[in-house]
Amino acid sequence: MPQIHASRLLDAANRIILGKAQNLRLALSCLIAGGHLLIEDVPGVGKTTLAHLLARLIGLQFQRIQFTSDLLPADIIGVSIFDRESAAFRFHPGPVFAQLILADEINRATPKTQSALLEAMEERQVTADGETMPLPAPFFVIATQNPTHQIGTFPLPESQLDRFLMRIRIGYPDREAERALLMGEDRRELLQRQEPVIRPEDLVALQRAAAAVTVSDRLVDYVQALIESTRHSADFAGGLSPRAGLALLSAARAWALIENRDHVLPEDVQAVFPHIAGHRLRLAGDGRSAPSEAITRLMRAVAVV
Amino acid sequence: MPRPPETNPGARSPAAWLLATAAVTLAPHALHLPLWMSGLCALLLAWRTHLLVRIGAAPSRVLILALALAVAIGVRYEFGHFFGKDPGVALLAVLLCLKQFEVRSPRDVHSAVLLSFFLQLGLFLHDQTLLIAAFALAGALFATVTLLRLQDGEAPTRESLRSAGLMMAQAVPFLLALFLLFPRVPGPLWGLPADAFSGTTGLSDSMEPGSISELILSEAIAFRAEFTGAAPPREQRYWRGPVLTAFDGRSWRAVPTLSTATPPYTPFGPRYDYALTLEAHNRPWILALDFPGPGAAGARYATDLRLLADRPVRHRTRFALTAYPETPVGRFESPGALAIARQLPSDTNPRTVALARELAEGAPDDETILARVLDHMRELGLVYTLRPPLLGRHSADEFLFDTRRGFCEHFASAFVVLMRAAGVPSRVVTGYQGGEINPIDGSMVVRQSDAHAWAEVWLDGRGWVRVDPTALAAPSRIDAGLAAALPQGELLPLMMRPALSWLRAARHRWEAVSNAWNQWVLGYDTLRQHELMRRLGVAEPDWRTLSALLAASTGVLMLLLLAWAHARHRAADPLDRAWDAFCAKLARRGLPRLPWEGPMDYAGRVAAALPTRAGVVRTIAAAYARLRYGGNGPADPAATRALARSIQRFKPK
Repeated sequence: MPQIHASRLLDAANRIILGKAQNLRLALSCLIAGGHLLIEDVPGVGKTTLAHLLARLIGLQFQRIQFTSDLLPADIIGVSIFDRESAAFRFHPGPVFAQLILADEINRATPKTQSALLEAMEERQVTADGETMPLPAPFFVIATQNPTHQIGTFPLPESQLDRFLMRIRIGYPDREAERALLMGEDRRELLQRQEPVIRPEDLVALQRAAAAVTVSDRLVDYVQALIESTRHSADFAGGLSPRAGLALLSAARAWALIENRDHVLPEDVQAVFPHIAGHRLRLAGDGRSAPSEAITRLMRAVAVV
Repeated sequence: MPRPPETNPGARSPAAWLLATAAVTLAPHALHLPLWMSGLCALLLAWRTHLLVRIGAAPSRVLILALALAVAIGVRYEFGHFFGKDPGVALLAVLLCLKQFEVRSPRDVHSAVLLSFFLQLGLFLHDQTLLIAAFALAGALFATVTLLRLQDGEAPTRESLRSAGLMMAQAVPFLLALFLLFPRVPGPLWGLPADAFSGTTGLSDSMEPGSISELILSEAIAFRAEFTGAAPPREQRYWRGPVLTAFDGRSWRAVPTLSTATPPYTPFGPRYDYALTLEAHNRPWILALDFPGPGAAGARYATDLRLLADRPVRHRTRFALTAYPETPVGRFESPGALAIARQLPSDTNPRTVALARELAEGAPDDETILARVLDHMRELGLVYTLRPPLLGRHSADEFLFDTRRGFCEHFASAFVVLMRAAGVPSRVVTGYQGGEINPIDGSMVVRQSDAHAWAEVWLDGRGWVRVDPTALAAPSRIDAGLAAALPQGELLPLMMRPALSWLRAARHRWEAVSNAWNQWVLGYDTLRQHELMRRLGVAEPDWRTLSALLAASTGVLMLLLLAWAHARHRAADPLDRAWDAFCAKLARRGLPRLPWEGPMDYAGRVAAALPTRAGVVRTIAAAYARLRYGGNGPADPAATRALARSIQRFKPK
């Protein structure tokens, strides 16, 4: 039963990140669905902790890349340096060669650097000096992004946002959780001491199990109705792409697996839908990223069949 | 060679239903089939039942073929030919029974079902009562269920019955459109020309002792009358049938009369308007209330004061009539007619003739003779009874002097013999007296048991005067009916017994319904159709207009039905239906499912609102979610049924 790994992982994560069970669940289903995660929030709410924690719990190789405006693509991918001994160029792999990468404040880097990472995310391989090198597997990117209205940022273009399976917002902890956080042990130390609770192979097993979760015709009807309503809605400029539809289904499968079910329910789709659609839809008027109320409204206009 | 038993139990379900269809279809046919064929059908069906219950070996094809041949020969022998409805229906009935043994493929079931539909239609060739229609409908329902079982032999019986009922309900609008708009031919809708000639009861144009007392044992309806306004009092309700003038000493016969388009009298006194719906009796006379006023459509006025239809009444017919009971009639009767009304055969009833001469002795006029005869008959102490002793050749003599017990025909006959012997023109009139108001629909029902015989005497200056000698012995026969007039202890016909009043009430209800059926369904003929069309604004409803209307309305109905079916498409799925029922139950409790709500979310919300039902609600929702979203294609029928049952049992309170 691969589901046991999921619950074990969530139990351990909830002990460190307090009061954010829903976000942890979403993040895990994003990993199980094999997608990359975008966390968008103000600094200091635990974005980095979340990424780091997931890596530790699963026992993945972890690399953190702090994006800045002067970061170059080579700083991510790596560089070839002439080796005198062998009289040849030798490739020094960059931080992208890890299983889980935290791309911190991705919108601070220039579009050129951003797209170097995003191409790696999509292709799961990098090309340097004409040589193609595969990235390790599993390969996940968790990018964080400050809300785009802050000064000195380069907002990710829509085409790039589409590469992230999900976008979540962490938000402030509730009163109780915050008190526990303030009074309790330092999270960073806890994180350092945390042993993996599952192995990377277990994650692969979870991914396989998720792919086997049943999606019935009726559920596809519902998913299609949802996607169509985004295309016909007057609230949004343009609807969800077929790729977004696939993303929605695989995320819903992962969610159903975490819920310990072998088939997807409309509830599973509804649980992941705002996080699949939120960064892919733009409001019709000013082109702003769609607020969650608009997405909830849209979801409630589509009947469950 | 015996065939192997049917091994697939699912295949037996349509076979059992087919058997039931055949039984329901053929049961009413037993009324008309020759006895040996009804017996054979029953035997074959019983054998088939046995085979189905015990799963025995089917008879060989050779045996079936031989039986079919034997039946064909039997039909040829019984009817003399194969043509026409009776031998045809008989042959098909037996073939339907034999086909039961040949149900091997769906095609066999289809052909047998088609055959039973045909035989259900064939029922209407014999009669068209409400009861027969109910039987035909039941047969059609069973046949439809059989077809449904062919698709899904595992479905519960109630489900199949429900689906079949729904299918038949969907046919109702088409039935109405076809019924109302299909161009009618004049005449009865169903009857073949020969039908009405066979055995119907009623008065005949002759009478001998015992003929009416036989008739009154029948509870059959002779006719119905619906009065606009009040009905005349009971003692005036004499419905005139054959007038019997010729006497041979024992039996009375009618003599041929002339008829005219207008009545041979001038109406006088109060007038009663009524519609008379006459059952088929194959005779031309309309049993009109004395005395019909002028202007009766489709009828002529006979010189003996009867009303005659243009042709014998061979199917139920409705006449709009008037009556003037107090009209003086026959004041200027022809001497020839009066001479006939005085004739007596010379060698019969000597004692009665002698008595009459004695009573007429020295009487100044005919009225005095009449009074003396009536007085004398009253003094004789005659007894009115349903079971009079048999009378011989001198019937009046034996009745007046020996037995003194008789029914109305004895009274009327003896009285007329007395009057004629005394030289006063007189005659026997047969018909019906009385009638009963059905409290349900207010129509007056006159039965064969109201059959009566009375007398008319011709008095100078007054014309024909009605005298009812039965009233001498049993006055209540006239003002209260037969049941009141018979002496205590006399065995009454079943329906007249006072203890069975509930049965009478039920009969009233049934007769009101079948009267409505007769008037509105069977009575919907060309005239009524045209009347309806004109009322709907179709000025010239010829068959072309009607056909166009029919095509248009069935087309519109078809489209409506398709639209409805499309809208209902989803709920056709039993799982959806069960879930909808569950949501509807909770909606009535104030917890409707929101359209976007998935089953588990809904269950969670309901469980929070109804903590006592939380467990069962979650179980039902989880079962539904698993069946609905757990796989593709139609959900597992057994699990769906189990879920539907637990939803049926679920009570939100």
